[in-house]
Amino acid sequence: MNRVAAAFLCGLVFGAGLLVSQMSNPAKVVRFLDVTGSWDPSLAFVMAGAVAVFGVAYFSTKRRRAPLLALQFAMPSLRNIDAPLVTGSLIFGVGWGLSGFCPGPALVSSAFGDWRVWLFVGAMILGMLPYRLRPRPKSIPGGA
Amino acid sequence: MGSIVTEPRGDNAWRIAFLAGLLISGLAAVLLFPESVHFDLKAGAGQLLIAGLLVGFGTQLGGGCTSGHGVCGIGRLSARSMVATLCFMASAMLTVLVIAHLS
Repeated sequence: MNRVAAAFLCGLVFGAGLLVSQMSNPAKVVRFLDVTGSWDPSLAFVMAGAVAVFGVAYFSTKRRRAPLLALQFAMPSLRNIDAPLVTGSLIFGVGWGLSGFCPGPALVSSAFGDWRVWLFVGAMILGMLPYRLRPRPKSIPGGA
Repeated sequence: MGSIVTEPRGDNAWRIAFLAGLLISGLAAVLLFPESVHFDLKAGAGQLLIAGLLVGFGTQLGGGCTSGHGVCGIGRLSARSMVATLCFMASAMLTVLVIAHLS
C-alpha cells in the first residue's frame, strides 16, 4: 500500500470515529462545552479514548527506526510555550464555542449537505491565509 | 490543510487523500446510514462566518486544533499541547457560557 492510499484510509477511519462519537454533531459539542448549563460530558471520553490509542501507537514507534511508508518519522519539533500558542488557541476556542465546529468534524459534516457548514469551512480556509502568507524574514543575501 | 492552500507545489498528495477520506466518510454515512447520523446546527450564518475565521486563524497561529494538540499532542505528553488544549477548552467553554446568557 502506498502512502496516498494509507492517508485516504486514515481519513476514512478518522471520519468514522468522529461520526460514531458524534463529534460531527455541533449541538452535541456545544452541550459538552456548556459546563455551567446542561453539560453533556460524554465527549470527554471520546478524547480520552483517542489520546490513549494514540499514546500507545506513538510510544510503540519509539522502537522503530522508520515508519512503514516513509523514510523517517516527522514529529513536531516545537517545545516552547509562547504567546502565539496561547493566543492562537484562545482564538480557536472562541470560534469552536461559537459554532460547535473544529476543523476535522467540520469537514466531515460538510458532506451532509447543509450550506451553513460550507460557509463555515470557506471562512475557516480564508482565516488560515493571513497567518500562512505572513511576511517572513528572508535570509540576508551574502550573510552566513 | 493550510499547506494545500498556500503551498500548491508541496508534498500534498497524501494530505489531499486524507481530506478526501474525511469527506467520503461523511458522505458514506449520510448515504448508507442516514438514520444514525445526528446533526443539529444551532448557529446562524453570521455566527458561523465569524467562527470559521477564528477557527482558521487560531489553529494556524496556535499550531494545532482539537486533533493536533488535543489528541496527538497530549498523547505524546507534550507540555506545549497540554497548555494549548487548556486554552482552547477554557475559551470555548467561556464562549458557550456568554452565548447562553445573551440569548
